[in-house]
Amino acid sequence: MRLITHNMLKCHVKNCTDPNQQFPLRFKDVQLEQIEAERNDEFLVRMLPRLDWPALLTTSKELGYSLPQSIPENPQDKDEFLQALHTFILETHVKEGSMVCNGCSHEYKITNGIPNMLLAEHEI
Amino acid sequence: MGLPTPDTSHLRDPRFASVYEPAEDTYLLLDALENDLPRLHAQRPTICVEIGSGSGCVSTFLGQVLTPHASLIISTDINPAATQATRQTTGRSGGAAVFAQCHTRFVQALEPRLQGNVDVLVFNPPYVVTPEEEVGSMGEAAAWAGGKDGRAVVDRLLPRVAALLAPGGVFYLVVIEENRPDEIIHLMAAQGLVGERVLERRAGRERLSILRFTKGD
Repeated sequence: MRLITHNMLKCHVKNCTDPNQQFPLRFKDVQLEQIEAERNDEFLVRMLPRLDWPALLTTSKELGYSLPQSIPENPQDKDEFLQALHTFILETHVKEGSMVCNGCSHEYKITNGIPNMLLAEHEI
Repeated sequence: MGLPTPDTSHLRDPRFASVYEPAEDTYLLLDALENDLPRLHAQRPTICVEIGSGSGCVSTFLGQVLTPHASLIISTDINPAATQATRQTTGRSGGAAVFAQCHTRFVQALEPRLQGNVDVLVFNPPYVVTPEEEVGSMGEAAAWAGGKDGRAVVDRLLPRVAALLAPGGVFYLVVIEENRPDEIIHLMAAQGLVGERVLERRAGRERLSILRFTKGD
């Protein structure tokens, strides 16, 4: 699971309703892997408005990566920024581990690189 | 048609026994996507989502259709074996797409973040008319059991589609005649989505169609 996917996942347990706690999910016991990929600046820039930057920042700190506080102006010209973003959201993969909701403590497992976000019908 | 059908030979592995293998409905959807290549390139999608990706054949093909443009293609399935199969199929494809898989029902857990962000949504739902009690499994039957009129599953998604789509976003849906496609087009029009039947084919007893819905800019 690339970290860009994590930026799209929110806790959806029925009684878990505090939006400040449901997202981003906190990583627990994760096994990370760097897999090199070709950088595509046009795609990265197009993706920027679709990302939740504060959540990405929180996760980067948690995992010990460094991203700027906010998206710089003219990001398409900022090589260092684009490289850091590319490395973090597209080249960093979670192989195994879990994601925990800060609100309800529900734990979502990641197995063989795929997050299991399925809840039992009564939890939805 | 010019683009190769994705390699899904690994589905022979017994651990993928519960995964729906590409069939006529799959191929019709691939043809519809390939016919829309100029349109999809002009649209330049950033986020695509396939619900119920099964083998991963369609997600992979979509990535090929969009290349050289890069796009994040998120594939979901309720069957964990299908998400693993999709991971292998997409992993074998070259091209510019970035693939992601998620084991979930429809787009649950992704939905809040994907609201208004999905440029291309694809769903080949369980459309076969079956007794209602066959609906809701997480194994093989999840790929085809559609309950009354074959609409039990798809009707849960349809009311949410307009909100998921980005401005100018498109939604491709596989249907058979028993699903009453004209009624679906009518229902979606109430959400402001313009629908049309873009492709039709008879496969055995099934009269398959691909519906395409577009959200205004």
